[in-house]
Amino acid sequence: MSEHSSWISVGKRGDLVPGAGVGARVGQQQIAIFWLEESPEQLYATANLCPFAGVNIIARGIVGDIGGEPVVASPLHKEHFSLLDGRCFEHPEVSLPIWQARLQGDDLQVREPEIMQLLVS
Amino acid sequence: MNKLNLVVIGNGMVGHHFLEQLHEAGLTAQFNVTVIGEERHIAYDRVHLSEYFQGKGAAELALGTAEQYATWGYRLLLGVKATAIDPESHTVSLADGSRLPWDKLVLATGSFPFVPPIPGKDRPGCLVYRTLEDLDAIREAAASANTGVVVGGGLLGLEAANALRGLNLDTAVVEFAPRLMPAQVDNEGGELLREKIQALGVQVLTGRATQHIEDGENANHRMVFQDGKMLETDLIVFSAGIRPRDELARACGLTLCERGGVDVDDFCRTSHPDILAIGEVAAWRNCVFGLVAPGYQMAKVAVSTLGGGDKRFTGADMSTKLKLLGVDVGAIGDAQATQNAGAKVYRYLDQIKQHYRKMVVSADGRRLLGAMLVGDNSTYDTLMQYYRNRMDLPEQAESLILPASAGKAPALGMDALPDSAIICSCHNVSKGDIVGCIQGGCSSLAEVKDKTRAATGCGGCASQLKSLVDHQMAAMGMAVSTAICEHFNHTRQELEHIIRAEGIRSFSELRDRHGKGLGCDICKPTVGNILASAWNGYVLDEGRAALQDTNDAFLANMQKDGTFSVVPRIAGGEITPDKLIVIGEVARDFGLYTKLTGGQRIDLFGARLNQLPAIWKRLTDAGFETGQAYGKSVRTVKSCVGSTWCRYGVGDSVKLAIDLENRYKGIRSPHKLKFAVSGCTRECAEAQSKDFGVIATEKGWNLYVAGNGGMRPRHADLFAQDLDTETLIRTIDRLMIFYIRTADRLQRTARWLENLEGGLEYLRKVILNDSLGINADLDRQMEQLVASFHCEWQATLENPESLKRFRQTINDDGDDPEILFVPERGQIRPASESERAGRIPLVAL
Repeated sequence: MSEHSSWISVGKRGDLVPGAGVGARVGQQQIAIFWLEESPEQLYATANLCPFAGVNIIARGIVGDIGGEPVVASPLHKEHFSLLDGRCFEHPEVSLPIWQARLQGDDLQVREPEIMQLLVS
Repeated sequence: MNKLNLVVIGNGMVGHHFLEQLHEAGLTAQFNVTVIGEERHIAYDRVHLSEYFQGKGAAELALGTAEQYATWGYRLLLGVKATAIDPESHTVSLADGSRLPWDKLVLATGSFPFVPPIPGKDRPGCLVYRTLEDLDAIREAAASANTGVVVGGGLLGLEAANALRGLNLDTAVVEFAPRLMPAQVDNEGGELLREKIQALGVQVLTGRATQHIEDGENANHRMVFQDGKMLETDLIVFSAGIRPRDELARACGLTLCERGGVDVDDFCRTSHPDILAIGEVAAWRNCVFGLVAPGYQMAKVAVSTLGGGDKRFTGADMSTKLKLLGVDVGAIGDAQATQNAGAKVYRYLDQIKQHYRKMVVSADGRRLLGAMLVGDNSTYDTLMQYYRNRMDLPEQAESLILPASAGKAPALGMDALPDSAIICSCHNVSKGDIVGCIQGGCSSLAEVKDKTRAATGCGGCASQLKSLVDHQMAAMGMAVSTAICEHFNHTRQELEHIIRAEGIRSFSELRDRHGKGLGCDICKPTVGNILASAWNGYVLDEGRAALQDTNDAFLANMQKDGTFSVVPRIAGGEITPDKLIVIGEVARDFGLYTKLTGGQRIDLFGARLNQLPAIWKRLTDAGFETGQAYGKSVRTVKSCVGSTWCRYGVGDSVKLAIDLENRYKGIRSPHKLKFAVSGCTRECAEAQSKDFGVIATEKGWNLYVAGNGGMRPRHADLFAQDLDTETLIRTIDRLMIFYIRTADRLQRTARWLENLEGGLEYLRKVILNDSLGINADLDRQMEQLVASFHCEWQATLENPESLKRFRQTINDDGDDPEILFVPERGQIRPASESERAGRIPLVAL
């Protein structure tokens, strides 16, 4: 069985921006957390580093959907990444690391994705 | 099998088409092909030559590339002239002294512009209009000229006149015949054409034979006519018809026709069995065809002949549909009613709207034999189908040329056309071909064009092709999509109308009523933009922040390294020393890179997201407002110093620029808007390259619209002259709102006007004559927008909710540690990739 890393608190409910993303820091890494009130999952998190531009800007991208699948568009050159699995629609060989995010009461928490756990264990 | 040597002399449009057809027919396996082109450019689109002056480069006009020829196995020799053909030894000699052997030879040398033998015709500044090099020479000569004359009032002459007009020369056309375009139109049509062209400011002199050209008194040249009258001009362009380039054929003994041109048979063979001729050098039954479509047909026939086929050239239809100097001219079949005995004529002339239409019908009135149109080509396609397909005319055939209101004009629907109806005559594509292509799975205009090549020749059938494709797709139940994205089945224009008509104030409201899904990076910024120009609310309020593109969301311009640049407004480019010092101090204190912009202001680069509020606090405290360099909105109003300081100035350009900038600042539009005001005709502010340009005159202001720099430069059109300041501002008000309401997303005014049905004339009617009765409404919307201006940065600094997002991360107020700068020329710049990777040591700042 995989060993789960624990949830890490990165902020409060009030730090989120409806319909958009915010950045958060976990150690040396930066992640992007999106709050889509109208989507079933509501909270999505990805790495903040754009794999194409090499800079931490994903949280600034516009979120939306492609055929019902929630996506974020990188703000520099508008590549679209799935918020479900991180794959890039324009360049399927590239993907954005996915994180998990949740609200525990007022507490905004993230943790590294399961797949990373499996590789580590 | 040994390959035969095939030499093609000439690399124009027809020569190129021949090479394409040869490849498509698979004959490259049988021939080693060598192509000789006298010009240094590969074959280019001569039909659209005048677009060269509108900013199209040689590469854009090119029909092929050297790489493509290489892939097809063709050897291409450009900038080389063939000097002689030896039919005995089967060789061709080149200007460099070399000789090429051939088994088969194709002459596609085209034609040259005819210059009448007028004494003085070879003076410097007497030019022709045929090749890109000719155009370069004209442009060069025009730089130091004020006036230009075109000798020749035919199709090419009027094209050339348009080019001279585009180069800002006072232009005149001199025609030997008593009317313009004598080959296409009759006296009545010619008269109407003259009126329309003169109204554009081009002088038209008909029935004039130039006797000689001598030194002018006030200009470079003086043209002296047969009646003793004279015309002075700096530049002369001869465009008095073409003559076949048949000198090689003549020298080697091929049979020529009486009036020139290499005599060819139905298989495009000359009098020598191994030499073929195609295009304008060829004469079939004593006739040289000066249009591209017959040339293309000859090219196909020649390929068939070389491959052992039996395709025949059977003559060509010389019907044409043109837009010359913005004036529609159409001629179909026997338009002059001279080729058919007993032909009868219908005529319709409207001198108010300046439309002339004529139909030539058979004696029994059943068939259309020809037609002529001046001023309005909208009936051309329908008439052409009746003519080409020999369809029976409807009862009350006159309704075909009467205005729609006068009778029920029976529109010839796409269904009425037989499958054999030719839509594109350049590439010989029939209705059946196009329908088959869509039935075979093509689902867009682009795909159909790609597959059938329809509308890729002269482009004259483009609108008919689009109708046919739309019609066929609709008939097959396929959606013809004009939707901006998958979330809204509407155009931007429709969304704009819905938002204002229904009073919609948010994206979710619009989406719930008219769209679906979560939206995307196309529809969200578009809707955010429309909401702003309809209601002018604060862009980061009430959930609108999430709609904005990054630059609008953070009110700054994001650069490649994720930092932002900051541009305070400097209206009209005028700034006090104290304010200049503040900008310098802010840049110094925050370590920003500074550069002057093309819009006469100062850009501060390298600001981190979390620094933006502090930087703007300093700037707004000193009295600066946001310059909205990030927005699809009014950017700057550039100005020269004008009459206040300049010894040439006739108007106070700085004051007007500042007033305009302050009036329109903050207004969101489909794309950015650039303005400029020049204080005199010297035009130092370059107003004619702006969306809205104003130039001071002795009597007031001239207003120019829809200019553009950038990727596809466009010279602005003169919209109205000698306006007083109040009228000028009211006119710009209306133009701006009309643009905001009707343009596509991210469509600059230049492309908007080019795509506006009816063009500049229509726009003038709407704005100056209130032809749609909407001006009061346009004025009202502008008043609302002007009255509700607020500085977005001031509003943001006062709003803690908005400021929340100006943090790189929510759990750390500091800088993004991954942003790195290095020093260069005394300022900072972003670290390169190798510097960031640590391969080059960074200097701490």
